[in-house]
Amino acid sequence: MADFDQELDASGLNCPLPILRAKKSLSGMSSGQVLHIIATDPGSVKDFEAFAKQTGNELMESIEEGGKFKFLIKKA
Amino acid sequence: MSEKKLAIIATKGTLDWGYPPFILASTAAALGYEVQIFFTFYGLQLLKKKINVKVSPLGNPGMPMPMGMDKWFPVLGTAIPGMESMMTMMMKNKMKSKGVASLEDLRELCVEAEVKIIACQMTVDLFDMSPADFIDGIEYGGAATFFEFAGESDITLFV
Repeated sequence: MADFDQELDASGLNCPLPILRAKKSLSGMSSGQVLHIIATDPGSVKDFEAFAKQTGNELMESIEEGGKFKFLIKKA
Repeated sequence: MSEKKLAIIATKGTLDWGYPPFILASTAAALGYEVQIFFTFYGLQLLKKKINVKVSPLGNPGMPMPMGMDKWFPVLGTAIPGMESMMTMMMKNKMKSKGVASLEDLRELCVEAEVKIIACQMTVDLFDMSPADFIDGIEYGGAATFFEFAGESDITLFV
């Protein structure tokens, strides 16, 4: 997994909290920085794709690892 | 990207139906939408400082019940005193264990995200509700107020 600037552990949280927390984290970051998100909600896979598409932030990576879903999002 | 707009009317005052307005509003705000929710009739319960709403198994045949309770109790059984409180408690515990946010938390996230909250003046008066019972930052208005924003919205939902 590539480097990241900040990490958000949204494990155990359900829709829409992982998205809302990610949005909050991204608000405090600068353009080009990368946020690493860890989630356990299977719905978050589709949701982070949709989030990236609608907000213009880039979803660089989306993987499942040991029952957890991990995302890298680069702030636009 | 020009800002999209979402207008929601929230009319229900139960634990289950309280979720859609707050989930959709907070998520839309996170996606960059400008959002307004118009609370009317029983939806006003969701604006009280301490939200005290229940989920009712009565007349709700689609509600999944734990431990096969829906098999033991005939429809009328769901009207037994205390049933509603018990189901509400069970539902809240289940939500907590599954990492679902509380209504208060979701509402707070909406407020933080600058979701505009309008309370229907007519129903506030009708039910003799006091603005002092509601959270701060609420505006009061009527149907015309709703249409002012809804008329230029991309999405309008009635919950």
